[in-house]
Amino acid sequence: MLPIVQLKEVTHAYLGDREASLAIENFSLYVEAGEFVSLVGPSGCGKTTLLSIIAGLLQPSRGEVFVSGHMVSGPSPEVGYMLQQDYLFPWRTILDNALLGLELTGRLNENSRQQTIGLLGEMGLGGKEHAYPAQLSGGMRQRVALVRTLSTDPGLLLLDEPFSALDYQIKLQLEDLVSETLRRRGTTAILVTHDLSEAIAVSNRVILLQPNPGKIRKIFTVPEAIRSTPPLYARDLPGFAELFHEVWKEMELAGRDEL
Amino acid sequence: MKPVEQIEIAASRALWLEEKQEEHQKKKRSWHHRVMAVRGSLLVLFFALWEAGARLGWIDKLLFSYPTKVFGQIWGDMASGSLWPHLGMTVGETVVGFLLGTLLGTLLAIVIWWSPFLSAVLDPYMVVFNSMPKVALGPIFIVMFGAGFTAIVVTTLSITVIITTLVVYNSFCSVDPNLVKVARSFGASRVQVFNKVILPSSFPTVVSTLKVNVGMSWVGVIVGEFLVAKTGLGYLIIYGFQVFNFTLVMSSLLIIAAVATAMYQLVVYVEKLILSRR
Repeated sequence: MLPIVQLKEVTHAYLGDREASLAIENFSLYVEAGEFVSLVGPSGCGKTTLLSIIAGLLQPSRGEVFVSGHMVSGPSPEVGYMLQQDYLFPWRTILDNALLGLELTGRLNENSRQQTIGLLGEMGLGGKEHAYPAQLSGGMRQRVALVRTLSTDPGLLLLDEPFSALDYQIKLQLEDLVSETLRRRGTTAILVTHDLSEAIAVSNRVILLQPNPGKIRKIFTVPEAIRSTPPLYARDLPGFAELFHEVWKEMELAGRDEL
Repeated sequence: MKPVEQIEIAASRALWLEEKQEEHQKKKRSWHHRVMAVRGSLLVLFFALWEAGARLGWIDKLLFSYPTKVFGQIWGDMASGSLWPHLGMTVGETVVGFLLGTLLGTLLAIVIWWSPFLSAVLDPYMVVFNSMPKVALGPIFIVMFGAGFTAIVVTTLSITVIITTLVVYNSFCSVDPNLVKVARSFGASRVQVFNKVILPSSFPTVVSTLKVNVGMSWVGVIVGEFLVAKTGLGYLIIYGFQVFNFTLVMSSLLIIAAVATAMYQLVVYVEKLILSRR
């Protein structure tokens, strides 16, 4: 089967007033349909740059990016993007926030509206449709952001540390919810995170990057047993701690090489 | 614990909370009353001192007039109807200047937001024009538009438009870029980004520039009337000054203060109305 995401020899340089800096160099990556892939690594290794490029928000300086066989030339509703914080629009109600994507892509109709209301209900947000973001807790707001992203039914979901701003307990619950929802919908996902245990608990593959310039250092495949268990319980499985230490050690080396 | 005891504890707790709340509100009310009392006394004291000063000869009656005479003048002008054309003219000019100034300033802000190139090009010109005393342009406007309504409104616009543009443009630029990123990730066009993100997000700023513009418009209109008008409160001030009728000057000032305050309060009310629906 054709991979959903293909990055071929992608290089990106940031051009500033004083100097040009290389964020990533000759980066190639293939992600299969339905796969959940995590990008981890020390800061400055170009994780967020990669996501922006796949999302079409950033044009790479060199190289090609394909999503579902189409070359990426700009943002498309095919790709959902979830940011570190919810960034809900404070002047819109929860429902109007969730409908934003449909509105912007001109696909808002009674049917898609009802679907979104249903999705809000599934995420435990039923009855909150007419509340404003300021009236909701951080975890609820991030769930609204998830509904907003899923409302356009993207085949690929890009997650840029979506759980990092949350309390630990909420974060664990949301990990479960997201991974369960994506599995059910068969959505492919790429997650950027600082949290190694989160990366191992939710993904099929963990890709460790190294900085200056950003490129792949090592790819870890998560064993089937951990992969098929919900994230909260996966952390208790035998083999989880070993994998965690293996990735941790490699990441330390990646950070040290830089020095 | 027995259920009866629990109910008793809950009841006493509610009672205590209620008591505390009552106390708090009482304190707040009494503070509010004190503010109002001192506020009112200051006003009465001011007029009383003015009146007494003029009657006892501490200040020159001819130059400063005195409250009873000033209020008599206002009452007389109101009764004879000679006040209304002047008041109507000035209020008309102010309202038109205020609305046009806000509208044009906002439109200009949208244009330069749209084109960063244009914004960069125009930046020094706007700074120069903004720091210049626009009132100095009055004579040019009179030559261009004739001595009348148009010249006065244009004088007002010269004061309000650029500052509105600068404030509104700044608020456009200070919208959280992440909100824009959210919209862009759905493939939003620049028009969509503006309509769905930039404009609603900076709406409170736009509305609050209205308040600044009310004051600015009054300055523009009165100065404009000083220069050219044959009717209007500004004209009454200049005329009173020329014929040495300072009672007329003082009464015009009082009317301006009252009407300008009323207009400001109206804008504040509209602002509340608009923002409460969000």
